[in-house]
Amino acid sequence: MSEIKVLKERPQPEKKIGRHVITVKVQHNFGVLARITGLFAGRGYNIESLTVGRTHEPNIARITIVVEGDERVIEQIIKQLRKLIETLRVRNITDIPHIERELALIKIHTENDRTRDEIMRLVNIFRAKVVDVSTDTYTVEITGDEDKIEAFISLIKPFGIKEMARTGTLAMVRESATTKVIMGERFD
Amino acid sequence: MKKKRGADIVVDVLIHEGVDTVFGLPGGAIMEVYDALFDAPFRNILTRHEQAACHMADGYARATGKVGVVIATSGPGATNLVTGLATAYMDSIPLVAITGQVPRHYIGTDAFQEADVIGITRPITKHNFLVTDIKDLPLILRQAFYIARTGRPGPVLVDIPKDITQQVAEYYIPSDEEVKESLPGYNPHVEGNPVQIKKAAELIRKATRPVLYVGGGAILSGAAEEVTKLARLTKIPVTTTNMGKGAFPETDPLSLHMLGMHGTYYANMAVYHSDLLIAVGSRFDDRVTGKISEFAPEAKIIHIDIDPASISKTITVDVPIVGDVKNVLQKLIKELEEKPVEWVAARENWLKQIQEWKEKHPLSYRKSDKIIKPQYVIEEIYNITNGDAIISAGVGQHQMWAAMFYKYSYPRQFLNSGGLGTMGFGFPASVGAKIGRPEKTVFAIEGDGSFIMNIQDLATAVQYRVPVKIAIINNGFLGMVRQWQQFFYDSRYASVCLSVQPDFVKLAESFGAVGLRATKPSEVREVLAKAMEINDRPVLIDFVVDREENVLPMVPAGKSYRDMILTPKQKGEAETMYLVG
Ligand SMILES: Cc1ncc(C[n+]2csc(CCOP(=O)(O)OP(=O)(O)O)c2C)c(N)n1
Repeated sequence: MSEIKVLKERPQPEKKIGRHVITVKVQHNFGVLARITGLFAGRGYNIESLTVGRTHEPNIARITIVVEGDERVIEQIIKQLRKLIETLRVRNITDIPHIERELALIKIHTENDRTRDEIMRLVNIFRAKVVDVSTDTYTVEITGDEDKIEAFISLIKPFGIKEMARTGTLAMVRESATTKVIMGERFD
Repeated sequence: MKKKRGADIVVDVLIHEGVDTVFGLPGGAIMEVYDALFDAPFRNILTRHEQAACHMADGYARATGKVGVVIATSGPGATNLVTGLATAYMDSIPLVAITGQVPRHYIGTDAFQEADVIGITRPITKHNFLVTDIKDLPLILRQAFYIARTGRPGPVLVDIPKDITQQVAEYYIPSDEEVKESLPGYNPHVEGNPVQIKKAAELIRKATRPVLYVGGGAILSGAAEEVTKLARLTKIPVTTTNMGKGAFPETDPLSLHMLGMHGTYYANMAVYHSDLLIAVGSRFDDRVTGKISEFAPEAKIIHIDIDPASISKTITVDVPIVGDVKNVLQKLIKELEEKPVEWVAARENWLKQIQEWKEKHPLSYRKSDKIIKPQYVIEEIYNITNGDAIISAGVGQHQMWAAMFYKYSYPRQFLNSGGLGTMGFGFPASVGAKIGRPEKTVFAIEGDGSFIMNIQDLATAVQYRVPVKIAIINNGFLGMVRQWQQFFYDSRYASVCLSVQPDFVKLAESFGAVGLRATKPSEVREVLAKAMEINDRPVLIDFVVDREENVLPMVPAGKSYRDMILTPKQKGEAETMYLVG
């Protein structure tokens, strides 16, 4: 019998890189965050942002992770997160209608009255808030999704940003809405 | 409720878990526990190094299927466990490590013998715990055992501050239900999806060139019987990883022996040409697959594994079945029995082809009557033990020869560090195995480089009269690295020559063990026969072998099966290696 000829190569999945929003519910135990960040660091996954906080349930914390990667990497991340003993639930909510929010504090240089007016105008349009004032700075608090914050930053940049801090994205699935876009969401 | 010292609570839980042996070495932070162990109704093995203790507990677990227990003190004691824990983690071996920690009020102050053991061992344990309140101690210990042995097994570490081991408290031992309820996020998936199982059965019926590819998961779930039944029922040839050895008898005509980097020609060819690959408790390790794009290029793949994260990690599979291998195979077999096919007829051509490969390219080596060939030593160990011994190996060429030239016929018979590739594993693991399975002959097949990495624990084996047999395949080299240098680095032998070595015979004797040596092929049987007679202490045999023998076949790292190096290239001969395409 002659040997069977095999000519084909095993098909490799295509790599579609995308932004993914993953929410994780964990037992709020000592060291649980280190376990999660260690999992990412140890496997060379890149976290865009990670936020943690307690929930209304005692001893349960919620984590929102934003991560860039191809489908395979995201699938591995989710499986590895599920494997952790303290993990209660992991969801990739990227394609489910959900709310995303981020908080940023931005200290902006105020040259003169004219720039102060300009900045106030932008603050009002974006429904942000001035939370601290000095002779030559405004510190602005703004919440919204990543796009909104990015848009605000790009408009404010020319005035001179002296300091900035962002929380990273928080996300939650919408309970009732069936559409992604809700009236007023973008600038609310 | 009873009232006891933390240390006594530890011992009570160990008794409750049915522990019969612990391995370890004491120190300041764990002294309370050792004090309690003094009266414990189980064996307490004092080792000479914590790494060896960890490998012993590991070897014990691999050989018996029970959870191994290792105990160490804080700081250096605990950090010495690292290699042992990582070894067990990579091979999914159930272990519980109990470490002492400095008293709670000293934690974080760089106290004497303090180390962040939780931080250090986080990535190399399935889970770890720092006990911060004595109230949690019994539950945490029980959780540790439960986590270690269920799902995909693995090592779990419990770090206990010294003041907690000293503290006296009321306690009770939590029930199994309480343990489960206390871990709401931990629910190992045992049952396979019935739809997927049906699909798998359908693929098996249709396949003309199927191969079973069996890994350590089959052994861990106790599924050897099911693997064997499935293969014989459906006439599918079986190849195993080195972790899967013994899940299917290698003496069976359907056995293809091991696949991968040092797999047989016929196993690799069968996988390469297969149209259906049934992966059972195996994880497509790169030592198995080589170049991914050329691994079983035409095959549909069924993957049965308890760990969802193992599935489609490196290779996309067609039918994933998450579940306990034994459980899934039982259902799969039932499904196949309900609607059988003319199995023999369906496989006729395929089995003929495989038979042809087997005859043309058997596992072989160039024999010699002047110099001892390492493969010959393994064959003779096989003969003298009637193929029934438990074999534990170090890492290197000797490990691969032990995998190739001993035929394994039952699960938990071949113990080696498959995942991490830990030199220094073989001998202490053999001691643990012999303690767990005293009725078996246990052979540690060691390299001269590997053995020396945990040589100190000969003292332990002598002290507890553990009659393991140690066969050193002594080539005076870090042989496997030398082989790579010969093949891929232009024979530049950088730092592989072990030019200073102990006299292994005298060394054994100085420890109170028996030392034997063979330097000529004619002496091999004789020393083995002598070694078989010694049953009250360890015996070490120094086999002085051909220094530059190579392990072949070999698929170079990252290459495909088509690049397999086949013909032995003997030292000083012009015979060239050839590639098969
Ligand atoms: C702890 C450790 N260090 C280094 C290596 C890399 N390594 C793999 S095989 C090998 C040589 C092993 O030599 P020996 O034990 O004498 O066995 P041989 O290959 O000669 O049979 C080395 C150094 C390893 N696997 N483990």
